[in-house]
Amino acid sequence: MLSKRIIACLDVRDGKLAKSIRFVDTKDIGDPIAKAREYYLDGLDELVFYDITASSEARNIMLKVVESVAEQVFIPLSVGGGVRSVLDATDLRMAGAEKINVNSAAVLRPELISECATAIGSQNVVLSMDVRRASKTAEMPSGYEIVINGGRRSMGIDALAWAEQGESLGAGELVINSIDADGTRDGYEISLTRAVAETVRIPVVASGGAGTPDHLREVLTTGKADAALIASMVHYGDYTVSEVKTHLHDLGVKVRMSW
Amino acid sequence: MAVIVDYDAGNLRSVQRACTEVGLAATISDDPEAIRHADRVIFPGVGAAGSAMKSIRKSGVDVALRQAFGSGVPILGICLGLQISLEFSEEDDQTTLGFLPGKVCRFQLRNPELKIPHMGWNEIELQRRHPLLENIKDGDAFYFVHSFFPEPDNPATIFASTQYESDFCCAAGLDNFFGTQFHPEKSGRVGLGILDRFRHWDGRVAQ
Repeated sequence: MLSKRIIACLDVRDGKLAKSIRFVDTKDIGDPIAKAREYYLDGLDELVFYDITASSEARNIMLKVVESVAEQVFIPLSVGGGVRSVLDATDLRMAGAEKINVNSAAVLRPELISECATAIGSQNVVLSMDVRRASKTAEMPSGYEIVINGGRRSMGIDALAWAEQGESLGAGELVINSIDADGTRDGYEISLTRAVAETVRIPVVASGGAGTPDHLREVLTTGKADAALIASMVHYGDYTVSEVKTHLHDLGVKVRMSW
Repeated sequence: MAVIVDYDAGNLRSVQRACTEVGLAATISDDPEAIRHADRVIFPGVGAAGSAMKSIRKSGVDVALRQAFGSGVPILGICLGLQISLEFSEEDDQTTLGFLPGKVCRFQLRNPELKIPHMGWNEIELQRRHPLLENIKDGDAFYFVHSFFPEPDNPATIFASTQYESDFCCAAGLDNFFGTQFHPEKSGRVGLGILDRFRHWDGRVAQ
């Protein structure tokens, strides 16, 4: 039986591990390479690196981080943040990333998704969507809107409609990042995650808000997510990766327990 | 020297890095000469059967792989590398290399909640012993990403299976060829263990 995946998200700023709350108040909290190796050895299923620096010098630092992690971590490695072109995607793939996350640039130019799918295969293209609660209107029937640039800009696009468009353009997986829940450790955004999972036929990853193993259980069962992203709860040492997985296993969620 | 066969099918450096991790020196090459002279051959790949076969025929890698298979050199197929080692693939209705009698089929799932590709960690069940699967136990999980699966004709060539709605073959082999549908290079310690055993494998399967 296919396991639910537990994915750790490492935000990287100038080569250092960073963590934000609701996408702001970002702090440096350590060495991403050491953390990646620690989580891998502790049974993590997949890693996501997110480059949250915008400057072009930082791009090369990020490529070095990815290269170094790929030499020591033998699970799928996904990288995103600032991917604007097929060239950005293939550079990251050469450095050792398996999957490439596209986000803001795809909202501004949706063809980026299909271009990346053609170049590196749909299964390696992850559409990462930053979403925020909004009032339900005729234009925004799901009650969730797409935002870009770290939540600074609202796009007036309905999150559910964007998820469907992303799938039809060739995304192989969707990540739903809830800005309202980011870094709060108060639980995932369940209703949108479930609505998306019931609409698309590609895997859905829930992101933002994980604080306890029960939050993961909820989004992986009620929320119908295929995978759950965790960050603060492991970065700050509230739980280890293996503790999270053991709890989930005890709660009856199918997770990989031998590594 | 081991050779990782390059035929424009996916990112081969992750396979090379995993080989390095277990102490297996491997070069990436699309040169039929290099494949003919290799001590062992790793035949990875992701992508579509049709374009893969086209690229392999164009470069002459198909002939070199057949020679390597015929001469007893240990060959490890991974994912698409396993699939195109069978005789036929439903993907692109493609005639493939044919080291292993059988074909490759598309997943036809009844449960709408199960997604295609089959992506993520899934458990394997051993069907018979193989030198590369020593130390692997029933229930060990490996990383998969695929929409088609191998279906060898002879059950004696099936070494492990996995369940995705129904059981499918996830490891198959014949003589000096062994292939996995999952990705040992992305499957943590258990996956690296298979590459480590491949490093020492003489290409024989004890009966």
